[in-house]
Amino acid sequence: MAARASDEALSLTAAAAVERIAAGELSGAELFDLYRERAGNEDLGAFLWLSEAAADVPADAPLGGVPLAVKDVFCVEGVPSTAGSRILHGYRPPYTATAVERLAAAGAPMLGKTNMDEFAMGSSNENSAYGPVANPWDRERVPGGSSGGSAAAVAAGLAPWAIGTDTGGSVRQPASLCGIVGLKPTYGAVSRYGMIAFASSLDQCGPLTRDVTDAALLFRHMVGCDPCDSTSLDYPAEVPLPTAERLDGVRFGAPPELTGEGIEPGVLEVFNRVRTTIEELGGEVEDIALPHTAHGLAAYYVLAPAEASANLSRYDGVRYGMRAGDGDLLSLYEETRAEGFGDEVKRRIMLGTYALSSGYYEAYYGRAQRVRTKIAEDFRAAFERVDLVLTPTSPSVAFRLGERTSDPLSMYLSDYCAVPMSLAGIPAISIPGGLSDGLPVGIQLAGPAFSEPRILDAAHALERAVGFTGEPWRA
Amino acid sequence: MPEPVADRPYEPVIGLEIHVQLATRTKMFCGCALSFGEEPNTRTCPVCLGHPGVLPTVNAQAVHFALMIGLALGCEIAPRSLFHRKNYFYPDLPKGYQISQYDVPLARNGALGDVRIHRVHLEEDAAKLVHAGASGRIHGAAGSVVDFNRGGTPLVEIVTEPDLRSAAEASEWLRLLRATLRRMGVSDVNMEEGSLRCDANVSIRPAGEATLGTKAELKNMNSFRFLQRGIDAEIARQEQVVRGGGTVTQETLHFDPVTGDISSLRSKEEAHDYRYFPEPDLVPLAPTEAMLSRADDALPELPAARAERLERDLELAPETARLLAFRGELGDFFEAAVAAANGGGDGAVAGPRALASWVTVELVPRLGDTEPTESPVTPEALAKLAGMVSAKAVSQSAAKQVLDVMAIDGGDPEALIVERGLGMAAADELGAIVDGAIEQNAAAVEQIRSGNEKAIGAIVGAVMRETKGRADGGEVQRMIRQRLTVDG
Ligand SMILES: [Zn+2]
Repeated sequence: MAARASDEALSLTAAAAVERIAAGELSGAELFDLYRERAGNEDLGAFLWLSEAAADVPADAPLGGVPLAVKDVFCVEGVPSTAGSRILHGYRPPYTATAVERLAAAGAPMLGKTNMDEFAMGSSNENSAYGPVANPWDRERVPGGSSGGSAAAVAAGLAPWAIGTDTGGSVRQPASLCGIVGLKPTYGAVSRYGMIAFASSLDQCGPLTRDVTDAALLFRHMVGCDPCDSTSLDYPAEVPLPTAERLDGVRFGAPPELTGEGIEPGVLEVFNRVRTTIEELGGEVEDIALPHTAHGLAAYYVLAPAEASANLSRYDGVRYGMRAGDGDLLSLYEETRAEGFGDEVKRRIMLGTYALSSGYYEAYYGRAQRVRTKIAEDFRAAFERVDLVLTPTSPSVAFRLGERTSDPLSMYLSDYCAVPMSLAGIPAISIPGGLSDGLPVGIQLAGPAFSEPRILDAAHALERAVGFTGEPWRA
Repeated sequence: MPEPVADRPYEPVIGLEIHVQLATRTKMFCGCALSFGEEPNTRTCPVCLGHPGVLPTVNAQAVHFALMIGLALGCEIAPRSLFHRKNYFYPDLPKGYQISQYDVPLARNGALGDVRIHRVHLEEDAAKLVHAGASGRIHGAAGSVVDFNRGGTPLVEIVTEPDLRSAAEASEWLRLLRATLRRMGVSDVNMEEGSLRCDANVSIRPAGEATLGTKAELKNMNSFRFLQRGIDAEIARQEQVVRGGGTVTQETLHFDPVTGDISSLRSKEEAHDYRYFPEPDLVPLAPTEAMLSRADDALPELPAARAERLERDLELAPETARLLAFRGELGDFFEAAVAAANGGGDGAVAGPRALASWVTVELVPRLGDTEPTESPVTPEALAKLAGMVSAKAVSQSAAKQVLDVMAIDGGDPEALIVERGLGMAAADELGAIVDGAIEQNAAAVEQIRSGNEKAIGAIVGAVMRETKGRADGGEVQRMIRQRLTVDG
């Protein structure tokens, strides 16, 4: 394939590539090879492992063979799956995650495994045991996290699309920082089976894509009840591809709690511009109170570590992964976990263990659960008045590598606007709203449970009007 | 606890915690088949090995069995019970936590007999650790290996209120529980093999006091005998402590059945903080009306009710009724024999009491280890044999000879009696034999005539020997007396 033709193929959105393949103008295998070559030469640190060859995909498969980058948090049979942790170095699962399996069956073969914060704990990808990932917009900056590798790969054109996981913003925040689209689905919409757990009551698998249509297309083939995941649910209907170009009559609520203090001026500027765009498209934006969301981060940093402290107990050196110690049981546990886990993971295990300890449970875990219920009630009340909640995705643009590593709290604040939706279990999307000092700013739209079609439609209309053309890899 | 008084009687207070392995087809939270001594680690999958990313799914059959147990024990079933994670590190616990139920168990507030049931909940079993080396424990072992076949086996935990007052009572009640669970077909309930495990909470208090003393928990006694001996030893130990002016400390104890010693496993001070919290991977367990009625419909008549019925309706002796009710299959055999006797139509039939005696006294020892369901003697054949005895068509002792044969080869009792010439001797034949016996036992005749009635036994014995038991003892006595009176 001539250079220009390959450039052209690489510039296609995934949905456009699927169409070309269906029309016989492109083959999935060709496209796979093009991306495989690019990914093989990347120097962002986005990939941890690459597939050797494309799986055979029938040309009439709904996703045509368009390759998929998969966050390393997903187990894939026989393929190294580390969740960005040293403790799972060399671990090759005996089974494949449901989401990966469903997408492969629909015709999206795995291109490779992407880098991530260890056990999805982080907002900059700097907590990976396998090195940081550079943001393709500015290589001195972080891509966000924890799905930093997936976001950077899509933004840099190393993959047409990717999946990641979002526990408290880990799909939306890196999508925002990398100038792409990231969708966190309704809790239960996508099976968690095979996703290496961080915080089970919050973890959801979501698409990271170049545009809203791609997100809808990928999401369509991810959803559905899975007998292996008791918390998964049937999606009410097939996910339609978005078509809306206007926002007439759509009511948006902007919560002052998430759109004021603590948000960078440059981000606020983009946010306010998008507000105006919404009104130009016929939508209405009003202020809506979400009073308890101000406590979201505090509740999140009790609940998520509590669940994580139990979820990570299985890494004990007995059955798989890394093993250290002198043979004595206690030293096996202590040495394996001391050497295998990074600092942030240890910090959260300790936080969570403390929060669940007898005598502290009510004050921490019990109280955080009540805050979580209140936040869900806030959203429920809000959705009686508005269709969608509108916020910036993250309070800032991509920050510099190393800038926040010594200050966990400032790192945690990066998910300030994303965490409340996770606690409420509701869907939210991040789409690029514009640039601030040459760096992308994400806008978040959230809706009630299972309102992804409505969110995607609104995001589609907004995306067209904003006309964001960030393709740093083409520069 | 009040001042110890040397001669003041103490009363033991005992509660039991029973773990029952359910006889489901698969494990509690994965699709692995349950293991019965297979090669180690051949009944495993990513879920029960605790691989990254796996999720538990609740076994519907285990829930069904647990609901049956809850209902059989007269408990209230929780409309929404919760699974929790019980966190601790041990190599036999692959996830680092056990999925169990905590503050909202599946069922509570029931009773079996006189003992109240505190709660019934579902959980998963741990794997099996094997320690190499002399100590047999993990500390000091040369090496340890884990067999995950047992890991994830469904368990029901049953906790009683402290309503038992002696080791014998505890053991007796546990037998009732075992019979009940066996009858329901929900478990193998084998203590030696670990499908039924019992811990006992033991405390003592001055007789008549209402407050409870400090309890010690006696772990894992794997037979009824050990349970009884362990509790007795612990009661004695606590009495000694208290009478010596000491106080009982709350601790977990291990009973050594070989030496009879009790040793401390861990005391309360170093107790684990299990950091229970709701299992986020599972939704609450909310039994539907259909599930509840299905569990209710699956309940057979339970041993306690059956014993009562056998005693009341069939007028069996209490011990016999209990024996038949507690050994369900034997009870089934007996009731089939009763039904066969009643359906037999013409002729004298054996009554339930006689049949019960034929089953429990005669058949059981002849069957040895053979289960009643495998018995070569069918309930119908036994009823027929017993009926022939009642009809005096065969003597008791001849019938027992026939049963000897049937217990090995089966067969029809009537045909066997004919074939072996074991039927009652005819009147003229018997008359001739009686005459002969009188003639040959002149000394006995003399004694009878001089008033020693007991001497008749020698003549009866001679007749029975001659007829090979084909005569009725009473009838023979009557004939002897008649002849001696006539002659005299
Ligand atoms: Zn299994």
